[in-house]
Amino acid sequence: MGNKQTVFTHEQLEEYQDCTFFTRKEIMRLFYRYQDLAPQLVPLDYTTCPEVKVPYELISSMPELKDNPFRQRIAQVFSQDGDGHMTLENFLDMFSVMSEMAPRDLKAYYAFKIYDFNNDDYICAWDLEQTVTRLTRGELSAEEVTLVCEKVLDEADSDHDGRLSLEDFQNMILRAPDFLSTFHIRI
Amino acid sequence: MAQPAALVLEVPEAAGDADLELSPCEESDVHDSFHRLIQEQSLRVAEEGLELLPRGAAGRGRQTLPRPAGAPVHSSATLRVLASMPSRTIGRSRGAIISQYYNRTVRLRRRRNSRPLLGNVVRSARPSLRLYDLELDHTVMEEDEKRSLLVKELQGLSMAQRDHMIRNMPLSLGEKRWLREKSWSPKGKQQGQKGRGGTFSCSRLRYSCILALHSLGLVLLSGLYAARPWRYALKQIGGQFGSSVLSYFLFLKTLLAFNALMLLPLLAFLVGVQAAFPPDPSGLVPTFSGLELLTGRGCFTHTVMYYGYYSNTTLSQSCASPRETGQDSLPYNMPLAYLFTVGAAFFITCITLVYSMSHSFGESYRVGSTKGIHALTVFCSWDYKVTQKRASRVQQDSICTQLKELLAEWQLRERPQSACGQLWQAAMLGLGWLLCLGTTMGCAAAVLTFSEVMIQRPDADGQGVELLALPLVVSVLNLGASYLFRGLATLERHDSPVLEVYMAICRSLILKMAVLGVLCYHWLGRRVAKLQAPCWEDFVGQELYRFLVVDFIFTLLDSLFGELVWRLISEKKLKRQKPEFDIARNVLDLIYGQTLTWLGVLFSPLLPAVQMLRLLLLFYVKKASLMANCQAPRRPWLASHMSTVFLTLLCFPSFLGAAVFLCYAVWQVKPSSTCGPFRTLNTMYEAGTVWVHRLERAGSGASWLPWLHHFLVENTFFLFLVSALLLRARTRSSSSTSFTLFTRRGSGGADRIYLHSLGWPWVQRSSCQVLGSKARATRPDLPFPQLFLILIKWVLQHGFVFWNELATVPARCLGPTRPSTEPSGPRAWLCPG
Repeated sequence: MGNKQTVFTHEQLEEYQDCTFFTRKEIMRLFYRYQDLAPQLVPLDYTTCPEVKVPYELISSMPELKDNPFRQRIAQVFSQDGDGHMTLENFLDMFSVMSEMAPRDLKAYYAFKIYDFNNDDYICAWDLEQTVTRLTRGELSAEEVTLVCEKVLDEADSDHDGRLSLEDFQNMILRAPDFLSTFHIRI
Repeated sequence: MAQPAALVLEVPEAAGDADLELSPCEESDVHDSFHRLIQEQSLRVAEEGLELLPRGAAGRGRQTLPRPAGAPVHSSATLRVLASMPSRTIGRSRGAIISQYYNRTVRLRRRRNSRPLLGNVVRSARPSLRLYDLELDHTVMEEDEKRSLLVKELQGLSMAQRDHMIRNMPLSLGEKRWLREKSWSPKGKQQGQKGRGGTFSCSRLRYSCILALHSLGLVLLSGLYAARPWRYALKQIGGQFGSSVLSYFLFLKTLLAFNALMLLPLLAFLVGVQAAFPPDPSGLVPTFSGLELLTGRGCFTHTVMYYGYYSNTTLSQSCASPRETGQDSLPYNMPLAYLFTVGAAFFITCITLVYSMSHSFGESYRVGSTKGIHALTVFCSWDYKVTQKRASRVQQDSICTQLKELLAEWQLRERPQSACGQLWQAAMLGLGWLLCLGTTMGCAAAVLTFSEVMIQRPDADGQGVELLALPLVVSVLNLGASYLFRGLATLERHDSPVLEVYMAICRSLILKMAVLGVLCYHWLGRRVAKLQAPCWEDFVGQELYRFLVVDFIFTLLDSLFGELVWRLISEKKLKRQKPEFDIARNVLDLIYGQTLTWLGVLFSPLLPAVQMLRLLLLFYVKKASLMANCQAPRRPWLASHMSTVFLTLLCFPSFLGAAVFLCYAVWQVKPSSTCGPFRTLNTMYEAGTVWVHRLERAGSGASWLPWLHHFLVENTFFLFLVSALLLRARTRSSSSTSFTLFTRRGSGGADRIYLHSLGWPWVQRSSCQVLGSKARATRPDLPFPQLFLILIKWVLQHGFVFWNELATVPARCLGPTRPSTEPSGPRAWLCPG
């Protein structure tokens, strides 16, 4: 376990280790994955904390995200300015939350933000329609989509204001045993 | 709405505070859910002596307070609780998150500084300003101000708690780093420790120890992650087929771990020692011919692999080298070691199994998990692990199908099925079950008859190829029956795929257990009686080895031919897509193999090694077959439920049956008199009692041991007492109090769940692991280990009475009478009074 790497300072690695769910080796592995996305852009020396952002198009070409219908939302939620271009810290953050060690509440919080397409802190009917359409690749008819959205709101909306707040979403997630295993990206 | 500031609280002496004592681990617990935060607040309120209504207690100390006209009548406690409802306290913005975590750390820090309970303080000194501690003020603070407050609070926590807190905050990594940096200052550390007094140097030492352990743990963990076997293979499988097929391979990995765990003590204490002191070779040792790998006989017979090789004497170094008379090394009592090691291996496996089962159960079964299926499908069914385009499409199609089916089901429920249709469905179901049970009984009868035929034949001295006949017959019957059941399942069309799978599992399980039961009776009941040749234990060990090998060969053939041929047929002739991977059947095959291993450990200590080899090969074969021939299941699975079901099936019919078999063999069956470590004894257990009696006679030095043995093992009452205490301790550490008030209409599901959860009796605190720095969320947890202990006792108690009756029949025929001076140890244990 020698500290032979020259990418980060010792303190930086310690910080990353303490603030994410990854170990030192995994952080280095993730860094090299990040660097592979844009070798010309990403320097091999992060001791000076360079401000480097990998554009969204390259992020979404990663094999882990390439075929995910929500990849754009994932990149937007975790990116610094909400435009999908990610710095290394955003990248680490994203995979830390999506790793298997993140607790349920943290994942639920970010899942809520991902499914909130219009960023208004509520999942309204339009957000639901977007979600369902992406989930089913447009194979459901318009009435079926509307019906599904209605049923979802019926079941999950507890204060009956026609949209899901974070609390509603989290209560629903509490009832889902599968959430931890499905909201997980292996890297 | 609540009016916190105006309340002047008359807090009576709460005599019932003894009920609210906190469990010992609470001081170091860390909250990691909004849900539990509310719980903690309310419990803290209770701890300070505010009035709460325990369930069932009638109106103790209801306070009447001045309130505005028209407001509903609530006690002060109710108002407090209403004010802490999730719908009012959880925020979404970053400022809200920061203030929320600030409040949490305040709670945590204040609880760590042990403040005297309210009851100890003089009444007049109790300020009503204490009310302000609760999350009742809605004043808006600047984000920076909140941030600095949070930093100050974080400085007061221990390192592990602070890390845990920071990791779980839904803030960006940059913010977390800032918070961590600011709260790390040594000055801040000193400030936090000032209140502790003279333990400064001790806490420093403790801190550095914890730090060292933490880094050691991280080193180990990263080493473990690097050495994680099949990491890439599992990722590939998960990416292409999803979580449900992955659960089969993860289960296989779990079984490998269990076998390794069992093999370690056996290798260390039995195989290694006996291999170092080989007995004199008896007779001609046959040369190796390839058939040994199949039959387990021949040159394998007189090796450490089987029971018969182990000596029944005390091994010691002086036997091997008589020159060293001065050095008398520790003698090794082989019979005792054999008994204890096998017992210890089983015990360790049992504990691990029950623990992982209860852990998995807690993870996967939650309150109200059956409601809200549409919402769960929309939000929780997309498997983010899937990484291939084709698999992603399959997933999208399957979710689409599922949603369509849900809508159709809902529409069907609007128009319920006619009575005729329901009757028809019930009739089909009944017929299906009748057919399956009939097949099971037929198979069991066939196995029994065939085994009787095999017994009647004269003993073969040859290579023993005909001994493979019984395993072959059993495997063929198993395979045929499982295909029959699969065909039956497609005929009975079920609405819910999960029910279909559970039924398939049940039927196959019943068949396999019936066949295994017949075989156990055949071995221990008939073979022991009938076999005149030396070493029936060797024979049983070899039989189980043969069963394992033949089962493996059949699985290979089934994967290669069954799946490959079916794929070719379905693609070329039927023009359908590739067949699905049948998860249930494959998992049951794994459980069957593991049961065979556990049955045979007593007679063949190296059997877990054989099983490990089998599992390793099986992994690669199944993976290759999966990639080539199968596609992901079209109907989505509840993967986490399934893992729990698999573990439960492994524990209950499989391990329990093997444990009962082992206990019967150890306690009731007479070991053969020509081989093995127990050849001079009446039962294997006698080795233990003989040793205890020898100790008793040896002297007063170790006299406490026989007394302990008599007290613990031969005394039922003590065991029941221990289990009852364990059960009570677990219940008490989990819950403190519960509320009687119920939510108002329309206040929100969160509030309802919060209140329900407070009354939920099995809620457990989260635990913070310093080394791995992982935290698990609270989950409702049933006391499985205690229930399991009680179940084991019941089964043994009644099972032994039954087996005893059954066993006296052949024993009477054989002749040797047992000493009947006193009831033997275990019998006295099991029959109270």
